[in-house]
Order: sequence, then C-alpha cells, then structure tokens
Amino acid sequence: MALVLTEEQSMLRDSARGLISDKAPVLHLRSLRDSKDATGFSRELWKAFAEMGFSGLLVPENFGGSGLGAVEAGVVMEEIGRTLMPSPFLSTAVLAASALTRGGSDAQKAAHLPKISDGSLLAALAIDEGAKHRPLQTKLQAVRSGNGFKLSGAKAFVVDGHTADLLIVAARTGGSAGERNGLTLFLVDPKSKGLAVERTAMVDSHNAARIEFDNVEVNADHVLGEVDQGGALLEGVLNVGRGAVASEMVGLSEEVFGRTVTYLKERKQFGKLIGEFQALQHRAAELYIDIEITRAAVLKALQTLDDDFTNAGAAVAVAKARAGTTATRAVQEGVQMHGGMGMTDQFDIGFFMKRARVCQELFGDSNYHADQLARMKSY
Amino acid sequence: MSDPDQFRRETRAWLEANCPPEMRKPMTSEGDTYWGGRNAKFSSEPQRVWFERMRDKGWTVPDWPKEYGGGGLDRAEHKVLREEMAAMGARSPLSSFGIWMLGPALLKYGNEAQKKEHLPKIAAGLIRWCQGYSEPNAGSDLASLQTRAESDGDDFVITGQKIWTSYANYADWIFCLVRTDGAAKKHDGISFILFDMTSKGVTTKPILLISGYSPFCETFFDGVRVPKSHVVGTVNRGWDVAKYLLQHERAMISGMGERGVGRPLGQVAADSIGSDEQGRLEDAMLRGQISTFEIDEAALSAAAERAVDLAKAGQSHPAFSSAMKYYGTELNKRRHEILMSAGGVDALEWESERSKGGARPRAWLRTKANSIEGGTSEVMLGIVAKRILDLPGA
Repeated sequence: MALVLTEEQSMLRDSARGLISDKAPVLHLRSLRDSKDATGFSRELWKAFAEMGFSGLLVPENFGGSGLGAVEAGVVMEEIGRTLMPSPFLSTAVLAASALTRGGSDAQKAAHLPKISDGSLLAALAIDEGAKHRPLQTKLQAVRSGNGFKLSGAKAFVVDGHTADLLIVAARTGGSAGERNGLTLFLVDPKSKGLAVERTAMVDSHNAARIEFDNVEVNADHVLGEVDQGGALLEGVLNVGRGAVASEMVGLSEEVFGRTVTYLKERKQFGKLIGEFQALQHRAAELYIDIEITRAAVLKALQTLDDDFTNAGAAVAVAKARAGTTATRAVQEGVQMHGGMGMTDQFDIGFFMKRARVCQELFGDSNYHADQLARMKSY
Repeated sequence: MSDPDQFRRETRAWLEANCPPEMRKPMTSEGDTYWGGRNAKFSSEPQRVWFERMRDKGWTVPDWPKEYGGGGLDRAEHKVLREEMAAMGARSPLSSFGIWMLGPALLKYGNEAQKKEHLPKIAAGLIRWCQGYSEPNAGSDLASLQTRAESDGDDFVITGQKIWTSYANYADWIFCLVRTDGAAKKHDGISFILFDMTSKGVTTKPILLISGYSPFCETFFDGVRVPKSHVVGTVNRGWDVAKYLLQHERAMISGMGERGVGRPLGQVAADSIGSDEQGRLEDAMLRGQISTFEIDEAALSAAAERAVDLAKAGQSHPAFSSAMKYYGTELNKRRHEILMSAGGVDALEWESERSKGGARPRAWLRTKANSIEGGTSEVMLGIVAKRILDLPGA
C-alpha cells in the first residue's frame, strides 16, 4: 500500500480540519481552562463530531458506524493535535470503540457501540496505576464473588474518566504483577457502589481522573473478552491508542513548527530577521526533517494496524517513540525560538508544550517503547 | 502495469531460478561489488553469472527504457523488483556512477546521440564512469569551480584540477564540470562535459584516507582536448545538469547504509558483550542507543518509501533528497559508532586476519565521509532551510 493518504482519507482530513479549525481553535481550549469548565470539553462540539460521523469512525457499520480503521482515526487525531481540541474522541471513539469491537460479545456490542456512534455514550479506558505506563504491572484485583467479581484497587491517568458513562478497566484475575496471563478487562458502570472518581486537572488542561475501586461488584457478563486472557486484547487496543496519540503528536509538532517558522520570518533583531541566522536555520531544518520522517513512521504504523493487526507491535513502538521525541523537540524549539514571548501564557506555544508532555506519557513514553522494541528483538 | 500480483510472482520465480545462492549473501568486502568497465574482473563465477543474467534482462537498470539497454519497468514494477530482491537478499549485480548519477542526467538533458552512445554501455557494464565535480577550492561552494575549458574550433581544451574523484584511477570516462565562461556569474559559466580518461593530458593520483583505503583521487587535466559535441545540455547551463545529478547522488548516498541487512545490531552487540538472565544486553546504555537507532532507522526507511510514493503522486519537493541525504548519512555514522562500541577492543584490530584486515574500523572511518561527500550535512540543512522552509537570507 502506498505510504500516502488515499483520496477518501484526504477528504476526511479536510472535513475534520474544517470543523476543528473553525469551532475549536486553541482559543477554545484556553476558554475552557480559564472558565474552569466542569466538563472540560464541549458537549455541543461532540454532538457535531457525531453528526459528521467521527464518533463512529471505528464502529462497524452494522452498529451504526463507518467501520473505518486506524489510518482514519489517525487522520482525525492529527487535526485534533493541530488545535489541541479537548474531546472524547480518543477515549470513546478510538479506545472504547476498538476494545468493544475487538473483544465484545454480541450483546456488549449491541448495547454500547450504537451509542458510541451516535455520540450519546462516553467511555474511558482505565489502565495505569503508577507513575509510568506499565500495563503488565496491573495490580487492581478482581476476585470472584457470586455470579461475578469484586474489584479493588486504584487507577490513575484515566483519560476522560470524570465524564465517562462506561469504564473499561484492566484488572488482575490471576498471575502476578508483570505477567501477561491473568489480566482481564471489565466493563464497569462508574456509578457503581464503591467506586470513586476524582477529576485531576492536568498540566495540559485536558481531562483525566483518578479512580478508586473498593469492592466494586461487576457481573460476569460484563467481562470484556476472556477471563485471564485479556492481555492480548488490551495490548491490541493500546496499540491503536498509541498510533492515535502518535498522530496527535504529528499534528501538534507540525503546527508548532509552522508557527515557529512564521515567527522566524517576522521577528527582527540586530537589524535582521532572526530567520536569517544560520544557527536557527539549521535547527529549523533538522526539526523539519525529524517531523517528515516521523510522519512516515506513524502512517506506516497505522497502515500496519489496519493490514496486519497482531504483528503491528514493532511499527507502533517505532511510531510512538519517534512521535514522542519529535514532539518534545518541536515544542522545546518552539518556545526557545519564540524567546520571551514563548514563555508567556498569552502566546499559544506553551499549550503545545504542555500537551506534548502529556502525550509522551500517554500509553508509554519514548523510553518505554525503545525498551519494548529491544525486547521484541531479543536484546 | 497489467497485473501487479502476476508481475510479482513472475519476478520472484525468475529471481529464484537465476540468482546464484552466493549472490544472496550480504556483501562483506569491496570485491563483492562489481563495478564494470574496460578493465573489470569478476571476483567469482557466481558474480559473473548473476551480472550477465541481470544484464541480459535489462535489470542492471530496471527502470531505463529498453531502447537504451534498460528493463523498461514502470515505477510500480521497479518497486516490486526491488522488494523481491531485498526479500531474498539478492545483491545488486552492477554498481556504477553511470547508473546512479550520469544515467538519470543523460536521460533528462542528453541529446539522442549521447543517449544512444553512452546509456547502453552503462547498462551493460562496459564503461565505468567517474564524477569530476569538487576542486581544491570548490567544495561546499561547488559553483566557484575554476577548471577552464577554452574554445578552440570544434573542441574545448580543458585545464585544471579535480579532487575527491571517486575511483578516477579505475574509471574509463568522466562526467565533469568545467568553466566555459570566466566572465559570467559563477553559476552561469559552467558546462557539463563528458570525456575519455585515456585522453592525452589526464592524470590521476589516489588519496590515502584515514581508513587506509584510497577510494578517491586527485585528477589533473593539462590541455585535454574534448569535442564540443560532448557537452550535455546547453553550453554555460551545466549547473542545471549538475544540480539535477546531485539530487540523484544524494538519494544514492542516503540509501547507502546497509539497512535491515545482516545480523541485527542488538545481536551483534550481544555476541561480544553478553546478555543478562532476562536476555537483555549487558550494557544498558548501549542497549538504549541501539534501540533508539533502530527506531530512527525504521522511521527513515518508512520515509524513503513515502518519498517514492509522494513522487509517484507528484507531491514531492525537489529539495527533499537533501533532507534524506542529511538524515541517512548521519544515521549511518551512528550505526558504525554503535558497531565500534559493540565490538569494543576487538573492533580496534587493524590488520589481523581475525578482523578481516580491520574491516570494522575501516568501515567506521569510511562512514565519516558520508556527511561530507555529495554536499555536507551543513549544506543540506542550508538547502532545506532556504528551498523548503523559505527562510530568508543568502
């Protein structure tokens, strides 16, 4: 397959860009932050997303969606990255839709997927427990009890956890921390007894939550996939999420870079445009090259997810690691080259820097994925 | 192309039947590369067989037109052939500056007589070419070159000196930049001309490099007489040809690293350093360097694939080869730094048989030229800054 967008994918990009740049420029995020908005995103805009068919992008057609793939999800995420629009797209339309489509029973799919597609159901994936993304270290216990399970433990960094109508929770039903066996995914109602959600305002003004589970009862038919065998499903869903976040970082990097190059062509010091200085020209050129190469690696990973899902791990690790280092470099150069202005809240550049930091941590940072790649290659 | 799957099946079957097993192993020494030319010798019988079979099929230059000795493949077919050759590890049957650099320039700028004269001989490996570009005082600032070509009837008479002429001492012909108008602005008085290295007045002198090898020469021209009909393109417009050819040269150099071939770096390192009980390399920092390298290498190879697809879609920027040249050469230098670190003390031996005559350190030192030849990394970044990013200033 050619490593460029198809005509249909380009049209999807154009329509996503049209909507997002019109309704949700960076100012949109700024306003939500400044007003300490309780939701943290615009429900009205999510409705518009659903009407455009974006919320059901990955939902199979027989459940009311478009049945598209990781490349299309990446196309939308990239546009989200350009304006940092806060939206349940990642948590609900990408992660939850993938998890349910790939692991759900017919009844589970029928119950949730049409609602994801029409925008009426928000969902969140609860994986991380410690400071770093280590899915195999999952400790949250699910012990059998009657016709179901009781969940106890704590989750952190649950993206959109405070607004979710449905949680997808990784828990340990067997094995011990570090093992892939013994992991199980559960569909959990956040209003369940014993469950406490704390919204955590994050550095990037996007949404996350900490969630505590104290003997939360979950019926056996709310197991997603097989008991003890959730590791592979989880890894697959995370890989889709990693590809999506990598795409967001490509969009973010390109936007920051574009703004920075524009600034280099406007700002004068020593009687010259600062873009005339070779010290800055070479750094800008290196960053451009980094972004172009990362863009190719990310598209490669997304295509591999669509063509050869179970063998996409290495390509996804490459994409997420590259996107993380590229975005980090882009925002650091962005702030530095904007000089004092880059340090002000009034300029948007800082928003990109904050979001890039969060995207790095989301589903494993560059170091995590470099380590994963080395493991895959047995060294 | 009629049916891509069928072409792939046929190509695979043909390669399986015709590529000798010895030609499917990674190249380990200079002698494994066949350069062709009047004085060429094959280093082995399988090398000869493989070359001749590929030549007869036109697949030394698969994408050149058949009338000039090529295979006449379209882009998609050429990609299939490359993929199938890579999949079986098939070596390139013929390496040549004629193929990588002069050929594309002749196809675009040459007249019919020049194409008919030179392209088939390149395709058949009969003539080995060298490139006369750099001069002692014209390196990064190539357009300031001073080698003079003075008009004398139907001839030019060429006097001057070139440097870093790759394998000039083995080459049969040279494609050369000369100044045909000393009064014009520096880019406007240059012509691109072809001549026989056995012409009277041509001498070459190999330059010993830090690797202990002499792949480059100084080349001297003392009143070399060349017919004016040997100018490619228009007299005094040679810079256009030179730039076009440089794009191909940069694409070639950026692809020079032995990507994904041979034993994976992590295994090479584990062989000499050892692994812990979990199978992790006994040098955590080097392990990180290797995996970071492999991430960048995989990303670059995706970018190379994408560059081809963008070109096919008519969406590529002409200066993008400079971006790839910069990244590819810097990456190749990193690969060899890692190999040296992985080899440790063993990689320092320079002459022993066990070290194959110091193959690893010599290759490491050779890569340092990657970011200098064909335009330095700094020149590449300057081109990206000005031509792609449109940053201001001279």
